[in-house]
Formats: sequence, C-alpha cells, structure tokens
Amino acid sequence: MANRIDTTMQRLKNAGKTALVPFVTVGFPDLDTSEALAQTILESGGDMLELGIPFSDPLADGPTIQMTSFRALENGANLRKSLEMLKRLRDKGVEAPLIFMGYYNPFLRYGIEKFLQASEDAGLDGIIIPDLPTEESAEFREACQIHGIHVIPLLAPTSPDSRIAEACKGAGGFIYCVSLTGVTGARQSLSSGLSDLVGRIRQHTELPVIVGFGISRYEHIQEIGQFADGAVVASALLDAIDKSPPEAVQDTARKFVRGLRGLNGESS
Amino acid sequence: MQNTQDTQNLPDERGRFGEFGGRFVPETLMSAVEELEREYIAAQADEEFQAEMRHLSEHFVGRPTSLYYAENLTNELGGARIYLKREDLAHTGAHKINNALGQGLLAKRMGKNRIIAETGAGQHGVATASICAMLKQECIIYMGEEDIRRQSLNVFRMKLLGAEVRTVTSGSRTLKDAINEAIRDWVSNVETTHYLIGSVVGPHPYPKIVRDFQSVIGREARGQMMSTVGRLPDYAVACVGGGSNAIGLFYEFIKDSSVKLLGVEAAGLGVETGKHAATMTAGEVGVLHGSMSYLLQDEHGQVTEAHSISAGLDYPGVGPEHSWLRDSGRAEYVSVTDSEALEGFELMCRAEGIIPALETAHAIYYLTKLAPTLSRDQIILMGFSGRGDKDMQTVAEALGVEI
Repeated sequence: MANRIDTTMQRLKNAGKTALVPFVTVGFPDLDTSEALAQTILESGGDMLELGIPFSDPLADGPTIQMTSFRALENGANLRKSLEMLKRLRDKGVEAPLIFMGYYNPFLRYGIEKFLQASEDAGLDGIIIPDLPTEESAEFREACQIHGIHVIPLLAPTSPDSRIAEACKGAGGFIYCVSLTGVTGARQSLSSGLSDLVGRIRQHTELPVIVGFGISRYEHIQEIGQFADGAVVASALLDAIDKSPPEAVQDTARKFVRGLRGLNGESS
Repeated sequence: MQNTQDTQNLPDERGRFGEFGGRFVPETLMSAVEELEREYIAAQADEEFQAEMRHLSEHFVGRPTSLYYAENLTNELGGARIYLKREDLAHTGAHKINNALGQGLLAKRMGKNRIIAETGAGQHGVATASICAMLKQECIIYMGEEDIRRQSLNVFRMKLLGAEVRTVTSGSRTLKDAINEAIRDWVSNVETTHYLIGSVVGPHPYPKIVRDFQSVIGREARGQMMSTVGRLPDYAVACVGGGSNAIGLFYEFIKDSSVKLLGVEAAGLGVETGKHAATMTAGEVGVLHGSMSYLLQDEHGQVTEAHSISAGLDYPGVGPEHSWLRDSGRAEYVSVTDSEALEGFELMCRAEGIIPALETAHAIYYLTKLAPTLSRDQIILMGFSGRGDKDMQTVAEALGVEI
C-alpha cells in the first residue's frame, strides 16, 4: 500500500496547495480531548497531523511544548497510549497521514521492532525524532522501511551541504526544514534566509520540503507556500488551546486551523 | 573482558564506547559538535595550545595536586593503606577546574566568546565562572532552583566572578533540567556560544574531551604513586555522578589490569526506595542529553528524578564510558546512601582534618567497607574530588544544627 504521506503530497502538489501540518501533543489538555482535537483539526483544514509523544526532557522544545509534554505526562500519556489513540483514529475513519514526533528514548524503551509492528498495524505513516540525527538513525531507518513507515529527517539553518546531502539520501515522505536556529515556539515573523535554506535542500532531493518551528499565522503559511511545500504549526495552536476555556477547546482549534487556511476572514 | 588496550582507545570515530555514547542531538547542533571535534583534534597537535594549558594548569589551577597518605584514616580503619589524590586543593576547590580550563581555552581558540554551562553542586559553575573571568569570556550558568537553594554559597561565588546565574524551574529543578536548559540556549545561540559541559556526558566528542582534560588526575597520581611508594595501587576509588572525576582518576589505570577500578554512586535514601541516583546499579540503557548510557527511567522511557544529598551526584544519567567500563567488566560500581555519606564526611573531618565535599564523602564511606577487608601491604588510591565548604548548610541541616 502506498504511504499516505506520498499520496497526500502528490495530490496537494497537483492542486497547487501548500500542505498544512498541525501538531497536537498526545494527552494535552487530556487524553480524550487530544484525540478529539486530532479529528477536529483534520476536518478543519489540516492535511496531515503530527502527534507529539510526550517526553520528560524535551530539549529541542520551547516553553509551550515543554508545558504540553509535562501536562500530558501528568495525564498519564505515553507511547503505548499514543499507539492506541492512533489505532482508534483509524477505526473512526481518519484517512489523513499521521506522523509521530517524539524523542528517541521512549521508542527505544518500548522496543523498536515491537513499536514498528504496532505502528504498522495501527496505521502510522511517518516518524520524526529530533534527537536522532542521520548518523545515528541508519538501523532505525532500515527497520522503518520494512514496515512502510517514513523517517522524516530534520535539517536546520546550521546544516552544511554535506549533511543535507547525507540526510536526503535516507529520507522518506518529506524533509522537515527547521526554519530557525533555535527551539520550537511561536514567533512573530519568519527568519530571513529561509527560502535560501529550502533552495539548498532542494538541490539534494525531489522530496517535498515542509517548514516548521516558529510558524504561527496565515501570512507565514502564504509566504512559505512561495518556496516550500508545506508548513507545520505546533506551539501557536497549542497556545490557543491552552488559553481556551475547556468547553470551547474544539471550537478554538477549529477556528485556529481555519484561520491558518484563511477561511475565517481572520488570520488567527 | 575486552582487551584493555582497545578499551583505552575508545571512543571510536562514531563516538562510541561499545554500544554507549554517540551523538543524539538535534540537527541544529550537529555542525557545532563536528566543529568542536575538529578544533579539539587540532588543539591537541598545537604546541602553543598545549603550552598555555600547561602554564595555566600549574600557575592558575595549582597543579600538580598532592598525593596524601591518609595515615590516621588508615590506622583507624585498620587495613589497606589509603592515599588521597587531593583535587580539593585545586583552584576553586574541586577537580572541575581541569575541564573548565581546557574547554575555556578551546572556546577561545574557536572564537566563541559566550560560554554557557550547567551546574549541580555549583562546583562546575564556579570553575567555569573563574575561567571565564580569567579569559574575559561572557559566562552564563544554568542551575536548578532546588540546587540554588541548597548551594547558595556557590551561587554567590559565581556572581562575584562575573557570571550570570539563570534559575531553572522546569522538571525536577536539578542538574538534569539545568542541562536541558543549557542545550536549549545552545540550540538558539550555537554560532556564538560554546557549551562548556561539566561532566563526561553529552554528545561525542564531549565525553572524550572532558575525560582527556580530567585524566591529568590519574596521570599525576600514577606518577606520584610510583615515585613515593614505588608501585601501583590495588584499588582506585572515586565517586560517580556524571563521572568526570572518576574517569579522570581511572583512565590512566585502565591498562594496568592489577588496579581494580571502583566507582561509588549515590544511593540516596536507599536504592530500594526509588529515591536515589545509582544509575548503574538500578538503571536501564537509554538515551539522554546526547548519548546512550545507563539511565534512571520508568517503563515508558521517561527519565525519572534522581535523589542524593549531594547535588553533584543528583543526576539520572552517567557518562557512557562508565557504562562501557561496567559492562566490559573493567570497573565495578557500588552505591552509598545519604546517611552513610554523612558518616564518611564526619570521619574524614575528624580523622584527617580535611572537610570533604558530600560527593567525595560517598567514596570515603566506601573505604570504611573496603579497607578493613584488605591487608596493610595493599594500597587504595581515592580520588578526593572536592572540598566541603559549599556543603556546610546541607550538612548542618542533616545533623540538625542551626548555623
């Protein structure tokens, strides 16, 4: 079966659309609500979804995702429950690409082969591990390939061409382009030099390039659409969910994601 | 057991000690750790760099530190002769200065004038702040809120030395969280900033670089043993948190198979209580802070909070080379509780007139178990990692004394 990321990206490319990839932390604000949020977001204009697997020491993340991870762990979220959520989303008919993003240790502890078998059964399409750079991921990538799961590498403004080339060789699905030299978290504007970085990456791959870190609003996505294939929005969405009254969380997320698409007549 | 020659030639080019070590860091940092490795290799071959290092080691740090025969302690314990490698006599009061000096000079060589560091007990923070003042570098120290409370004297020292101390309030508010925060700073400022890691942890090449700068401890001690006693010790004993003083003492002796290497971890309130920092006694292999090593974690791979009366040992991980030395059988690791460490602390004060750091006190207590089982013609070399002035508040509290 073709990987959902590949078919989705092809469809968006044909339509001339920029992929919108929102992010939710599994277990934030609680387990049930995050599961409902996943559906809401995909029904409101999200093309793919990143499911953040909470970790005790999220060292590439800024205050927002630190907070959501901490709350998720307090709510009892973990990798096993993330897999169960994934399975339920598929059972409910979710067809969009679903991607896990999380630090390496929980996967390692679960057992890589056991995790990949469960992921394949549950319908996972891709995985992003911020603390598993190309030189440490060879075995993992090989194992993922057997299970039809893409390993999506991150590339950053500090990546020299040699590292970009190496990462692109082993990549699947798309390339995650880190927009800035820093941790995750909503920013006011995009960093200069971003389109050059995407251009440098494109010299080494035919895969789509999706930009993440710091992206918070409709205008950012419009701008990114000029030179890249998609955008990830995480902290800004989670901030909105955090600020929302509990009973209005789904509505808040719906409006926020529609806003990113320019569908509300408002930008956020 | 693995060939000891191989053991001393680690890490390999991938930064691995067997399965341990590696480079598990965000992509943003990869070019910085590669640059650090290149610069370190170049500095090793640079006679001018080496000469400056030697000069400052002698005149700023006060090396070589003495090797002291603890005759009173030896008599009191009634067994093996005990020799102390006195890193407490190094400038700023602990072995930490050896690595801070080396990395400070390396940062200068790389043209990175902004230095960040984490600290637990504050010893590495003070050492780093001293070096930065001397080398005219900007210095920012990340320290957990809990550690700031119990090591307030060292916080004041760092500030006097011109460092900015940033309070870390995430997670357990101790050393592990200070490292997380330092890494986040580094990710954001990597082009101008050197992260001066204080222990043999982190991504390759840190475990190697820190070991190399600390290996002066064992190199000197080996020479001093040979010239004063005329033979090698039977045991080398040191406390282990991240493990830099222990590796510093052990490394030179790895090839001497007659020397038993013994690391002492912090058992906190007791390993069975779950409130401890005995990573290699009770941990499982995992990845934290850039390397694979033994790690205190739960069944879901979440890192658990460590506990020790000693802030410097209060860390849920351990340097990858220790994990390798343990699994290869070359070194052995034991653990000592908070209250036992306090016994060791008082014993050293009373017997030898030396106030040890609480970290060091863990190793001292273990001597009371080990020495009596040995004979007078056997020798124990103990790494006396630091002095105890910083711990007066903690010890007074533990002993129920108000100061």
